[in-house]
Amino acid sequence: MKHTLQQIFRSGKFVTGFSIFTALLLIVIFYPLIVRDDPLANIGQGTFFPPGVYVNVYDSINAPPYILNLSDAAAKRVASKLGNQERKDLKEWLVAAGIPEDEIDITDTAKLLDLWEKNYDPTKNIPGMTLARQRYFQRLNASLQGILSVEGITIANPNPQTGALEAVKTVQQADYVNISQVPNVRVLALGTDNFGRDVLTELVKATGVSLQIGIVAGIIATLIGLILGLLGGYVGGTVDDIIMFITNLFIVIPSFVLLILISFSIGQEKRGAFTIAVVIGFTSWVWTARAVRSQVISLRVRDHVNLSKLSGHSIPHIIINDILPYIASYVVMALILQISSGILAEAGLSILGLGPRTTEVPTLGLMMNWAMIYQAQILGKWWAYLPVLVTIALITFSMNLMNTGLDQVFNPALRE
Amino acid sequence: MVEENQAILKGVGLTKVFGLGHRKTIAVDHVDVEFREGEVSSIVGESGSGKTTLAKMLLGLINPTEGEIYFQGKRLDLRTYKKKKEYWTNIQAIFQDPYSSYNIFNKIDTLLLDCIRMRGGHRLPHARKVEMMTEACSFVNLKYEELTNKYPFELSGGQMQRLMIARIFLLKPKILVADEPTSMIDACSRATILDMLMKLRDEVGMTIIFITHDIGLAYYVSDSVYIMAHGKIVESGSADDVILHPKAEYTRRLINDVPKIHEAWDLSTVDYSEI
Amino acid sequence: MGKIMLEVNELTTKYITRFGENVYAVDHVSLKVEEGKSLGIAGESGCGKSTLALSLMGYYFAPLHYTSGEIIIDGQKITGMDPDDIRRKILGKEIAYIPQAAMNALNPTLKIIHFIEDVIHAHDPKATKKEIYELARERFAILGLPEEVLQKYPVELSGGMKQRTVIATSVILSPKVLIADEPSSALDVTSQKMVIKMLKDLMEKGFVKAMIFITHELPLLYNVTDDIMVMYAGQIVEKGTAREVVFDPLHPYSKGLMGAIIVPESGVRNVKLTAIPGTPPNLKNPPSGCRFADRCKYVQPECKVRSIDFRDVGNGRAYRCIFSEEQLRKAYQNG
Repeated sequence: MKHTLQQIFRSGKFVTGFSIFTALLLIVIFYPLIVRDDPLANIGQGTFFPPGVYVNVYDSINAPPYILNLSDAAAKRVASKLGNQERKDLKEWLVAAGIPEDEIDITDTAKLLDLWEKNYDPTKNIPGMTLARQRYFQRLNASLQGILSVEGITIANPNPQTGALEAVKTVQQADYVNISQVPNVRVLALGTDNFGRDVLTELVKATGVSLQIGIVAGIIATLIGLILGLLGGYVGGTVDDIIMFITNLFIVIPSFVLLILISFSIGQEKRGAFTIAVVIGFTSWVWTARAVRSQVISLRVRDHVNLSKLSGHSIPHIIINDILPYIASYVVMALILQISSGILAEAGLSILGLGPRTTEVPTLGLMMNWAMIYQAQILGKWWAYLPVLVTIALITFSMNLMNTGLDQVFNPALRE
Repeated sequence: MVEENQAILKGVGLTKVFGLGHRKTIAVDHVDVEFREGEVSSIVGESGSGKTTLAKMLLGLINPTEGEIYFQGKRLDLRTYKKKKEYWTNIQAIFQDPYSSYNIFNKIDTLLLDCIRMRGGHRLPHARKVEMMTEACSFVNLKYEELTNKYPFELSGGQMQRLMIARIFLLKPKILVADEPTSMIDACSRATILDMLMKLRDEVGMTIIFITHDIGLAYYVSDSVYIMAHGKIVESGSADDVILHPKAEYTRRLINDVPKIHEAWDLSTVDYSEI
Repeated sequence: MGKIMLEVNELTTKYITRFGENVYAVDHVSLKVEEGKSLGIAGESGCGKSTLALSLMGYYFAPLHYTSGEIIIDGQKITGMDPDDIRRKILGKEIAYIPQAAMNALNPTLKIIHFIEDVIHAHDPKATKKEIYELARERFAILGLPEEVLQKYPVELSGGMKQRTVIATSVILSPKVLIADEPSSALDVTSQKMVIKMLKDLMEKGFVKAMIFITHELPLLYNVTDDIMVMYAGQIVEKGTAREVVFDPLHPYSKGLMGAIIVPESGVRNVKLTAIPGTPPNLKNPPSGCRFADRCKYVQPECKVRSIDFRDVGNGRAYRCIFSEEQLRKAYQNG
């Protein structure tokens, strides 16, 4: 036993898979202890806030200001305002005004603005340019001047008696706040989804729920498969015929279709995560049953089983002591595969809108479903679906790696 | 008839058919056998002759399609597992492949303690059990102290097979079915195993049914011999009669085909017609 | 003295285990086989006889590795040759090998004739199908194999027939040396006899010039080969003609083996067989002295200390023991 464990942990594939899986598991366990928010709370008003650090503006104004004279501050400010199209337009005017094209670099904001300020003349008539276009450049210039102005912004409060605005504070362009002195800062590492929920918190919770679904489904499927396989294989005869008949029935009906039909007939309101897990478990035991049966049939005729019979052991004793240990490694591997396919089945069902009802818990499949319904993929809101995809891939990948690793240990033919 | 020469085990019209319809094979076809108490009898046959199936039927591990088994003159009834269990206190087996005869997850102690339990000794104090196991191991020239807490895969094939004999020694059944016990082990370990089987017969008074494909071996160990081919007994009798003066054509050919060292091995009789 | 077809000098090969340990399964083995002669190698399982068979072909692959010594086939030294050259020019053409379960080497989806074509094309890509068929037909006819076998699939043939077909195919290029490793032990006695007859035919008709036959069944070896070598724990412990080794063994181990022979002949019933106690040494760290010392009835203190020479006593007889021939014979007589 100890030796086998050592061997398992010497297999590179298993260790890689195991590390990924453990890392995911640790995140699922410890993240909620640190971030105690309700994963389904709608914190954002509006949909699909991009990932980033969100700093409260009100608190920033009230935070003690520090003056930092940074030379590139203005340019950066302009750069953030100056879109790609505007830059191209600026270049267009400058070229038309006779500046050599190779001197203009639209990526270098400071230089571009410098050129513009030196050369722009609103009265200059450029041949071939329409009046409307000339007005556009005048407006563009005006807004640039606005940004470039060195005046601060005055914060005013209405006087409760007179209703007149009274200046309270002026925020200068060179004013900074220390982010640690701003009481309300929220990191949304993966932004928000269509409901305004924090995607990261939701994803962690969803991973936990999906893993639970996978484990419940996997255990149910493996148990059913194991029991039916053992019974059919060891007892044989009519019992085997009946079990094989049922198994064959399940084989000819694609299990996913069966899953869809059962989920559909349960009805949205009754479908909790646990129900879905049980349904998945009950539709995916078939291959385990068949594989266990065939292994048991080959074990049953081994002489050690005959010897155990001759020693007067009962059938349950023989099954538990002389058959089960031989197929245990196989069953563990089947369980791992069943868990990962259970997670995939849940994702598949939920994408089709047949997953658990949407009010209680998020699952990986549900997150995919929401992202799809709100067209995140069309709008380019990658943070709503890509992390979910990666998580699903990581879980199944790590489990399959563990499985191959185990296979290498248990199956001497695959050893290097 | 002398008391000890009575047939302890008898098979009448034993038949085993595998499969159904046009795919059925008759593995054993109306075979009558008789094993006398305290004797070693061999069933000799080539692979596919049905000798192992016959042995399993005698052991009660598979049910005959037809025919009856008589144990100590009484017709054997093996319809319930309880009755089988009772029968198995009287008949035991050693199988061909020592490597597949062991449950690789159980320690050797487990195997031996099982035997003591089966003989009703599970209430005995531990020291007595150890004493019994030590005795059984020394019967087969093994040291219990070296085996305790070991797993079967740590032993050699010969040691494994000897331990199987130690198991029989503990169980002390009336009949032992030895199904090719030496075919998977080396010539020099083979002598040891055969020695021990003979010791079992002489000291415990066991009846031994020896299944083998090796006619030389059968001749060496047995008092009486059954030659089996294609599910049928083609010749039977005392070892000297059958081996030295074979009557059936099949037996003659079988003996002829075995390489010998004192007599010439005639290769000119080879018939190439088989495809 | 005939031409020497196979000469092996001090050949040593080792296995490297998964844990990086060296196991010297063939330890300084020397042998010579003359044209028209056959040599038998006897020993219990694990003594290195199958490894010796593999090593003799000069083609090594992990975990088996060549360490030292030389192999000369009909004057051509093959040790040190490029492995690819050995595979193309030596295997099958100069030396052929038949493993125990050779019949399992047949591809179940190929007809026998296609299998033969594969074998020949590996050495001579230009051979036409017609030439190959003619060659196969002719060879099969000489060896008593029916022509229709060529057009059959392996599953249609019995085990013995398959084995004979594989043997006929492996020697179709008329190699000088044939190494047969337990070619008949998976078969019934009747099929075994056919295989042996065929091997003898191959020698008589000159399709192979010399043969090495490996088995643990001494009666078989006695009937097949001219000379016998007994192997124990990777070393040769005795060598002589078949008759000498079987009826007058010198090394205590050979004596033990011969005393355990069982044949269906009158007068052997209930004769006490010799059983050798104990187990062979672990070759990961073999004992420094005589490797048989721990199991030997006649062991002397010095046996365990110094390594024992392979003593040549003339007429091709040699053995590895500190005692003289007379001492041993006398000891055996007294039991």
